[in-house]
Amino acid sequence: MIRSREVRWSLVAGAIGIIFLFAAPQVFELFAIINLTTVLALAILALSLGLVWGYGGILCFGQTTFFGLGAYAYTIAAINIGETTGPIFIAIFVAAAFAAILGYFIFYGRVSDVYLAVITLTVTLIFYSLLRRTSGPEYKIGNALLGGFNGVTSPPLNVPGDPSNILFPEHVFYVAMAALILAYFFCVWLTRTHFGRVMVAIRENELRAELLGYDIRLYKLALFAIGGGIAGMAGVLFANGIGRVTPDIFNLYNTALTIIWVIVGGRGTLIGPILGAIALFYLISGLGTQATVNNNLVLGIVLIVFVLLVPRGIVPGVIGIWDRTQARSKLLRKEKRLRRRRTTRQPEPEAANDG
Amino acid sequence: MDLAIALALQVIYGIANLVLVSLGLAIIFGMMRVINLAHGEFIMLGGYTVVVSTNHGVNLWFAMFILAPVVVGLIGVIVERVLIRFLYGRMVDTLLATWGLSLLFIGLITTIFGAQTATTISAPLGPVPIGDYTTSGYELFLIFIAIVLSVLVYIGLKFTKLGLVARGTMQAADMASALGVSTSKVYAITFGLGAAVSGFAGALLAPITGVLPTIGATYIAKAFITVISGGAAILAGTTSASVLLGGINGIVSFGIGPTMGEVALLVVAIILLRLMPRGITGRFFRKSS
Repeated sequence: MIRSREVRWSLVAGAIGIIFLFAAPQVFELFAIINLTTVLALAILALSLGLVWGYGGILCFGQTTFFGLGAYAYTIAAINIGETTGPIFIAIFVAAAFAAILGYFIFYGRVSDVYLAVITLTVTLIFYSLLRRTSGPEYKIGNALLGGFNGVTSPPLNVPGDPSNILFPEHVFYVAMAALILAYFFCVWLTRTHFGRVMVAIRENELRAELLGYDIRLYKLALFAIGGGIAGMAGVLFANGIGRVTPDIFNLYNTALTIIWVIVGGRGTLIGPILGAIALFYLISGLGTQATVNNNLVLGIVLIVFVLLVPRGIVPGVIGIWDRTQARSKLLRKEKRLRRRRTTRQPEPEAANDG
Repeated sequence: MDLAIALALQVIYGIANLVLVSLGLAIIFGMMRVINLAHGEFIMLGGYTVVVSTNHGVNLWFAMFILAPVVVGLIGVIVERVLIRFLYGRMVDTLLATWGLSLLFIGLITTIFGAQTATTISAPLGPVPIGDYTTSGYELFLIFIAIVLSVLVYIGLKFTKLGLVARGTMQAADMASALGVSTSKVYAITFGLGAAVSGFAGALLAPITGVLPTIGATYIAKAFITVISGGAAILAGTTSASVLLGGINGIVSFGIGPTMGEVALLVVAIILLRLMPRGITGRFFRKSS
């Protein structure tokens, strides 16, 4: 019952996404479309963290590491190769591989929750401070200068197999939207497979899952690498939306932002983090136009308020309220039906027990 | 020979720097099992206290040694009463809430003082010659302070009434409260002391680094690596991890460059955690504090 409802809702979400995919370029101006590409990239990043944290219980504070690595790997590979189809896969591979290596040390070292959070956060910050220092001409990979604080200009996506045929911003938007929908359904599918259910079992009770014979280290490592790969793909789209990659991708602010998306949207759902990312992006760009209230201040308050007062996040909270009202109205209906029966004929114990 | 001494001093300074930056975090984490992500911002607030008060004509040493620890310590007590005490035992939520706090502080300070560096103060104590080389007198002073501070924390934890009560409360809060200890007061004081030490570190480092609202981020990575590699024991953990990581960082920095120094620090820390997931003191010196 619950499973079929989840599938139904994810199909509804997918349908809305597809409608948006075709409608948006007709409705919005070019600038808004370019902005949307960035938002969608961030939404995919949020989705990847929603998968890793919400379903695997892996409290990764450094999902932007894989995001940034994907963006950098794509840019550097694209500059060196001269076309962009291969670099997309290189970026996903680099991000997933780095997640796997880091995950090996973390999960096989049996580093617990909170330590994991701090280590992943630290790794991100180290990338930030390292890449900021790469401004000299000696720091280059192939033909790509890393450019330190200023970063590298990212080549735009081209049609596969035809490097001279560069995609227009609208088309990059199509790619990004399609990527979000695909990634979303991939995650929905993944959480419904045997693998996904084992992951949830591990999240709920590690010891029990292990005693049932599952190698929780391997499962966590696999999920972490998958999440890293998805974040890497998001990085590719982000590099396309912004047009360049800078070390700022790795900074503390962006890392905090990814966590806040998932907290606000809700852990344990996949659509929640996506909506959280989109909503907060527009909240922040709305705030950015005025100078009195600082972004950090607002984000900090949002985070504290949600942790203290809405710990489950918006989407699970709304689902909870919905379920309760549904259950209540169902109960009322049933009561009414029973009362009607009682008035027409004698009450039967068997009939009262059904449902 | 002079070069060797100068180099050794650099490495020791790196270690002292790590000790200073991590000690406040280690106190709060080791005693209360609270990972304080706003640690960097406590350091930042200490720096701002010194810069703002010296700009208003307060004596630099008074601002550093008295004002900054007191101000940040009070902020710590307030934070514990208003936020942290609702979250004991929920480590993940504490982590998230203190991160919110960190953003809040950054936002607040940016709103008040602007995003740029406030007027900086120059490091006191001029250069000290070592043969053909010179080293900064202030860095020597910081090494000295790091040692004194570590000893003070050790004495405070081991040999004072407050340290005894605090350790007892952390081990068995219900027993302590049955014996008449006000545990909530102990929690608040411990958190405040950790914050005060962080604020003091921030004040000491302000003349070297300057102050920025976002400067906390540059400290927390190192502080967390040190504390986590060190493990649960506050002093033994922090100092042993500082010596190991700071030493490697210093030597690699000298040999290859500062960028590789940071990489080496991180790689060593990650390998260390693979070998000793509970930190250095989780494996060695278990009885120490």
